[in-house]
Amino acid sequence: MTRGTMTNMTANGAKPARSIRNIDLGAVAPFIALALLLVLGAFAHPNFLSIDNLTNVLARSAFIAVIAVGATFVISSGGLDLSVGAMVAFVASVMILFLNSGAGGDPTMTLLAGVGIAVLVGAVCGLANGLVTTVGRIEPFIATLGAMGIYRGLTTWLSQGGAITLRDPAVQSLYRPAYFGTILGVPVPIVVIFVTAAIGAFVLYRTRYGRHVVAVGSNEDVARYSGIKVNRVRTIAYIIQGLCVAIAVLIYVPRLGSTSATTGILWELQAITAVVVGGTALRGGVGRIWGTICGAFILEIVGNIMLLSNVVSEYLLSAIQGAIIIIAMLVQRFLIRRP
Amino acid sequence: MKKRILGLAFAMALAGTALSGGAFAQETKTIGVSIPAADHGWTSGVVFHAERVAKLLMAEHPGLNVIVKTSPDAANQANAVQDLNTQGIDALVILPSDPDPLVNAIKEVKDKGKFVTIVDRAPSVNDDTIRDLYVAGNNPALGEVAGKYIAGKTPDAQVVVIRGLPIPIDQQRQDGFDKGIAGSNVKVLDRQFGNWNRDDAFKVMQDFLTKYQKIDVVWCQDDDMAVGVLQAIEQSGRKDIQYVVAGAGSKDMIKKVMDGDTMIPVDVLYPPAMVGTAMELTASALYDQVPVSGTYTLDATLVTKENAEKFYFPDSPF
Repeated sequence: MTRGTMTNMTANGAKPARSIRNIDLGAVAPFIALALLLVLGAFAHPNFLSIDNLTNVLARSAFIAVIAVGATFVISSGGLDLSVGAMVAFVASVMILFLNSGAGGDPTMTLLAGVGIAVLVGAVCGLANGLVTTVGRIEPFIATLGAMGIYRGLTTWLSQGGAITLRDPAVQSLYRPAYFGTILGVPVPIVVIFVTAAIGAFVLYRTRYGRHVVAVGSNEDVARYSGIKVNRVRTIAYIIQGLCVAIAVLIYVPRLGSTSATTGILWELQAITAVVVGGTALRGGVGRIWGTICGAFILEIVGNIMLLSNVVSEYLLSAIQGAIIIIAMLVQRFLIRRP
Repeated sequence: MKKRILGLAFAMALAGTALSGGAFAQETKTIGVSIPAADHGWTSGVVFHAERVAKLLMAEHPGLNVIVKTSPDAANQANAVQDLNTQGIDALVILPSDPDPLVNAIKEVKDKGKFVTIVDRAPSVNDDTIRDLYVAGNNPALGEVAGKYIAGKTPDAQVVVIRGLPIPIDQQRQDGFDKGIAGSNVKVLDRQFGNWNRDDAFKVMQDFLTKYQKIDVVWCQDDDMAVGVLQAIEQSGRKDIQYVVAGAGSKDMIKKVMDGDTMIPVDVLYPPAMVGTAMELTASALYDQVPVSGTYTLDATLVTKENAEKFYFPDSPF
């Protein structure tokens, strides 16, 4: 279909062993970086490898990881979504306001309806982004930058500049386990990460839609001549992004039970970084869901190690985080380029 | 006879003063209030209190008009100040979003001979060439009061500190805190930035809990960050943390103090209501002929269970 897949297919046919090794190195690189970080962390503080710390860190990375699964679809289809951080704040605010209104009657119904509303609002936000970029033909960078302003502004307006806090204690206690609970001993947010990623990977690698996403991202014209409805594929990618934002909101709200104008600030950049660190090409055409998850873990673990170690001045944290991300990327490039 | 004439003259003079006084009260005057738009908890409190005090002042002085304008950034605020100036105001109360870029706009008002009050954020040159009155909270004291409280209540405490953002007022608060605990056995285990953000404070607190086996007290200087800190402590199930000291005076934290929550025994005030202080003082400069020019620094009051009610505004968004 596309040049990339074609070459891979021929290569697979001709020299399968060598080609598989090539692909694996690229996909495996983020995991090697993650393993190196774990070793580094073990030196930084004796408690780093404790189950408590690792589950804390993985659970914390859930928001970015889940959002980044959606971003993997958008980016590999050749798009970009800068509005996701603001979208988190907006969807979460709408959800909390609904939960506070008590419209559903008893707490369980209210909560279920609130979940439904969050998913719906997320999907609609994604659809809006998709339509503006495809039908409206606005560069995704500008379109979603505008959307970012809109969602952020709406959040500030809804909260009147303050905080929107979940009031009903019954709903609160009912909902709290969605972040703090465990399933078979595994914290819920970690389960959510892997379930979302598994669904994402299935859609991207095993369905026709997934192959269309990669085709559209690697060469729009070729995809169009092959009969792929480019606009539809891209719009659906933005809807998937909106749904992923909604899932992140569903585990974000029970944690602090509150949003403010600063909720989700710069999360879009973290999500994009996770996607790229995970091996997805920013120009589109390649998508690696599990790499993305790995990228999100790397981002969170770097911060965790910095804080746990006593060596690094608190003023230098962001500089070192930036350096580690660049080094991780260089290591990847080096691994991928090797014949 | 002579005495009577004198007495009459005195009475007339009195009546005259009373008359002119009466006319003075009915004269229309305008106070322009320029504040940043509500973009986070504290500024939303500023907007709330500016509007609340504006109503109070207009009820108190029938001829007074108070115009409250909010602006999203310094450039817009400069325009808003110019608009107010054109409209014609007798006094300006301004909480600058960023003071230095606004100096020229404020000076224009001041040069017209109007009464100017600056609130909270001072420009580099903060003297009577630019303003008549400066009203501000006390950042070093905010740290010092918290430090003294901790040193007094738990003299051997091991404390972790969550800072705001690396900007001067945060440093002033840290220096104040160090002064507050000086001479006691209070030990600061660690200081990290939480960016005055709930989510970041949650992360930092989780990591502090991993890093240190025993933490007695958390000083996080800000009520928003305290929300994340409390959640992280609760989730860890750790019992060694005795209490958390935050600051600002948000309604949620003041409520906890009022209710006698053991984790939040006190709060340190850095009240957004200071804009109201500035407006009241400005109005008394216009109407009551009392000298108010100078600098008015609010104490960083320690809010305890006993006095919490005075600082509780359930209707405020903050």
